[in-house]
Amino acid sequence: MTAGRPGPVRVDGEMLAVKRAGGYVHLTMVAPGVAERFRPGSFVSLAVGGPLSDRCLRRGFPIYRVRASGAYGGTVEVVARPAEPGTTWLAGRPAGSPVDVLGPLGRPFALPREPVACALVGEGHAAAPLFPLAERLRERGCTVHMLLAGADERSLFGALEARRAARTVLVATEDGSVGIRGAVADVLPDLLTRAGADVVYASGTVPVLHAAARAAEQHGAWSQTAVPAPDGCGTGLCQGCVLPAVGEDGLTRMVRACTEGPVFRGDRVRWDDVGTVPADTWGATPEAAR
Amino acid sequence: MTPDKVDLSCEVGDLRMPNPVMTASGCAGGRELAPFLEVADLGAFVTGSVTLDPCAGAGGRRLVETPSGVLHRTGLQNPGLQGFLTGELPWLAQRGARTVASIAAGTLGEYAELARRVGNSPGVRAVEVNLDLPGREAPARRLGEDPYQAGKVVAVVRREVPRGIPVLAKLVWQPGLVDLAGAVAREGAEAVVVSGQVPGAAIDRATLAPSVASGTVSGPAVHAVAVHAVWQVHTALPDLPIVGVGGVRTGWDALELVLAGARAVQVGTAALHDPGSPARVVEELRAELGALGIDSVARAVGAAHGQGVSR
Repeated sequence: MTAGRPGPVRVDGEMLAVKRAGGYVHLTMVAPGVAERFRPGSFVSLAVGGPLSDRCLRRGFPIYRVRASGAYGGTVEVVARPAEPGTTWLAGRPAGSPVDVLGPLGRPFALPREPVACALVGEGHAAAPLFPLAERLRERGCTVHMLLAGADERSLFGALEARRAARTVLVATEDGSVGIRGAVADVLPDLLTRAGADVVYASGTVPVLHAAARAAEQHGAWSQTAVPAPDGCGTGLCQGCVLPAVGEDGLTRMVRACTEGPVFRGDRVRWDDVGTVPADTWGATPEAAR
Repeated sequence: MTPDKVDLSCEVGDLRMPNPVMTASGCAGGRELAPFLEVADLGAFVTGSVTLDPCAGAGGRRLVETPSGVLHRTGLQNPGLQGFLTGELPWLAQRGARTVASIAAGTLGEYAELARRVGNSPGVRAVEVNLDLPGREAPARRLGEDPYQAGKVVAVVRREVPRGIPVLAKLVWQPGLVDLAGAVAREGAEAVVVSGQVPGAAIDRATLAPSVASGTVSGPAVHAVAVHAVWQVHTALPDLPIVGVGGVRTGWDALELVLAGARAVQVGTAALHDPGSPARVVEELRAELGALGIDSVARAVGAAHGQGVSR
């Protein structure tokens, strides 16, 4: 344990509970030192497979909830989709088993100084970090409107909890199985107008974040977009999670989602170019631009 | 013997270190590791490779988890010489790190300029030459695959770097490794950094196309390659200082490389999994030696080659 230093810690934690939540699992872990440093939008990076594991990379999850103290010491909660062997292994951990936790990592959501109207957009289980954010925003006197989106009913997360967290809640599914039928790009512009939103906070995949950033811009609102918490190292060492973003100086640089993000200003990310090194990027070479 | 009695100090040319555990180039950034360890506590800190101009790195997928390893293709993203000299380097110097600056280039002229500027910068204790790039003058092969080209690069770097600052040539395992090591040593390299990394590729399950078509595998998967490579070079060139790198996760992994002939080791991929691992390996190596009753790591260097260790 590395308590006492600023920044993230790596702790030998303990799995406290694993609960199903629709198509997802809700993991609660004892991880002293993480909760105390948490701010909404930051993430944890978990080792998978145990000490004899052949898995060399960690898995990143946005933090859903923390409790700074209690009977077990500080706890941290995340929501995962068991879609690959690493997350499936985590989802199968019995209560009481050890878990290697690194966090909190990354740059959190920026909070407004004034009590403004905020629209929070969450896609699937990526909505998880919006709940502690909503709490902080309400503490500051902000009005919170939430849009939860997903492919279908099963892929939604937190629809019930959202009623407590937000003044208005809108649910949108692409197949129309619950809420309005449509994607974020279809329903967000209306919501921003009705809510008179000054700030848009979004968490989800690149297409949803792009749609949120675009809708915010058209509406004249700021946007804070959280890209998926990166796998890999989580600490900025591996340079595996880079995306092109425009800096204050107007230059595009390849920035790391784990350290410069995962929350970016929506108007800074070159969403159409994610996964590439655009030719006008600082330091781009013709060979690299592939 | 109690571990605190074990002498871990070591020398690689004129690079004197309190212990033989270094970071591996490209897997470490000082500011990134700082929350988890003191960079000054490591034997040395090897920077990510610096190129003359800023480099945005590779597009597309950069990192794939493979069995017991990581397949990577980052394209040497770095802020360039100027960014390094005004950013990472002074930070490391201020923290008391023994900095080994890794340099990478495609031409002899670029290597010369990098070597001169980096080698004369306060805080740099050694220069590591990354030869893992295609030479722009003979682009068919990586510089580090051709003893003649690799030797020329090292000669140029050695000429530009002041005396007292050792030049380390980094070589990856290949059939001609021993000839390469001999060539760079003849041209003035005080030591070779012998890496177990191997080429690799991976296919994406969703698209059925390569996620990384041509990358590098590192991590525990290649540890035995590294032990073999160190063994080979030490057998052929017993007086040439070797730094071993490849899949070191534990103190025993480090000691294995030492017993095969390495005076020092580097920790790379393990730091991606556990950023505190380089410091942990120092303590585990100390404990391993203590438990074996070996009072100094220097005595273990190459000991597996038959003469054993006097305890």
